[in-house]
Amino acid sequence: MMMREKTGVRNLNVGSIALTAILSVVLALFVAPFALVIVNVFKPMSDITANPLAIIGKHGFTIDNFIEAMDKMRFWTVASNSTFITVLATVLTVVVSAMAAYVIVRNPQWKLGTILFSLMIASMVIPFQVLMVPLVSVYGGIFHVLNDRMTLVLMHVGFSVSLATFMFHGAIRTNIPMELEEAAEIDGCSKWMTFWRIVFPLLKPTIATVTIIDAMAFWNDYLLPSLVLGRKELYTIPIATQAFYGTYSTDIGLIMAALLLAMLPILVLYLFLQRFIVEGVTSGAVKG
Amino acid sequence: MKTNKLSYRFGQYSMFAGPAFALFLAVVILPFLYGLYLTFTSWDGVSVEKPFVGLGNYATALADRAYWDSLGRTVIYSVITVVLVNVVAFALAYAVTQGLKAQNLFRAGFFIPNLIGGIVLGYVWKFVFNRAFVSMAEALSHSGSSSSLLSTPNGAMFCLILVSVWQYAGYMMLIYVAGFMSVDQSLKEASLIDGCNARQAMWHVIVPLMRASFVQCIFLSTTRCFMVYDINLSLTKGEPFNSSVLAAMHVYNQAFVYKNYGTGQAEALVLFLVCAVIGIAQVFIGKRGEVEA
Repeated sequence: MMMREKTGVRNLNVGSIALTAILSVVLALFVAPFALVIVNVFKPMSDITANPLAIIGKHGFTIDNFIEAMDKMRFWTVASNSTFITVLATVLTVVVSAMAAYVIVRNPQWKLGTILFSLMIASMVIPFQVLMVPLVSVYGGIFHVLNDRMTLVLMHVGFSVSLATFMFHGAIRTNIPMELEEAAEIDGCSKWMTFWRIVFPLLKPTIATVTIIDAMAFWNDYLLPSLVLGRKELYTIPIATQAFYGTYSTDIGLIMAALLLAMLPILVLYLFLQRFIVEGVTSGAVKG
Repeated sequence: MKTNKLSYRFGQYSMFAGPAFALFLAVVILPFLYGLYLTFTSWDGVSVEKPFVGLGNYATALADRAYWDSLGRTVIYSVITVVLVNVVAFALAYAVTQGLKAQNLFRAGFFIPNLIGGIVLGYVWKFVFNRAFVSMAEALSHSGSSSSLLSTPNGAMFCLILVSVWQYAGYMMLIYVAGFMSVDQSLKEASLIDGCNARQAMWHVIVPLMRASFVQCIFLSTTRCFMVYDINLSLTKGEPFNSSVLAAMHVYNQAFVYKNYGTGQAEALVLFLVCAVIGIAQVFIGKRGEVEA
């Protein structure tokens, strides 16, 4: 690392300037589709059709697309549904996975736990397509619990505990010294308190990683929510976008606004949490 | 006394692991087994009765030309996408670990497509292909009637691949960046002192040490490609003339659009077998790599 920083100073030469220039062009190409949406959101439809590439259309600047799309896709309702589902499912995943991983790591003699944990790891190759028909059939046809945000939350958790438990398992095994826990127990902590007071706080880096990876997955998921949530007032952002496109596909200005509305929350969040998100995904990559 | 201790243990175990295991069993294992059962029935999705048809669904699946077409298409799509994603991601990762001033900005920027869900990305690109590219082509050729890439079968597949590469490259780049960072710089320097040129050091020292990153990226991108649905739905919807229906979409349509739940489920199981083979191969290669490294 030291080495690299030193050479970094010396490398302020033609090579690194050229590389920066090339990467800037590539980055511009990477974000061009988003820029195109942003440019067209503020144009009336006739200007979009006439020239989608122009930065400002003949008829000037308008925010009508926004106002109308917000109203028609019920933006605040779907955004709050997405937020509720994402936050609750992420918190539950982190909590139940960390607890499960803890008891599995510390009790290797527990056969059932080991078997179920192996089953979890093996299940990671099951594509969702194999589970969607039985899920709908069991939870819709037999238990009648579809069309409920809580059902979706619990399903999200059930699908993501495998990877999360696996990641916490690795973190607890390698990073949490037994001595700390023993000391806490001598001081009179129960297992429950030892876990919450000593182990859980030490898992912060893994908690961050799991939170970022799962929150992004839950927020963006389309297929599972579309199967579980059929009622309009329960829609999440991806389902609402899909439904909106189906209804207004010819009104291109409205579509642009809806797409920007769908992207905006997470782009804004990324602006603030960018460093953590990139780090979280990277460390998840190393462990996962 | 012993039973007391046992029940205490059981209480501890279920308190900590109970919720995770219960949800996992309820959402993954139970539906998986129930799905196996469904493949032997001809269920219409509504009635209580699920008539037993033995291996009938598997026979139907085997004879379903459209299914095999969609699987073949998925294989072609996956091979091209996986190769391109990894080449682009590796090149980007290499470029953003050269100590450039703005390297963190680039890392963050290339990751942006992964923030947005596939449905939204597909519609954004639909606009780019149908409007922006068409308008660009018209401006360049001075004729008023260019058609969209999405309107021809090969064009639609090309668009799917382009968008997938664009989406996944930034994610895989981060994994390769982590791989580059984990390579001990002194090994690279030693090889340079021993007379390697930069390219030789890359191929013979750095790349072998990054084996784990390669295995992981290839596995991740392959499984994602085999299960892709969102982008397929919003970008092409399988059109034109069902020429861009990938396996996941075919399975979905078979079950939920044509209401052939049994056949759809049997076809989904075949998809599962393909994914399982890829998964097992990944574990196998990964383990072998660990021994070598």
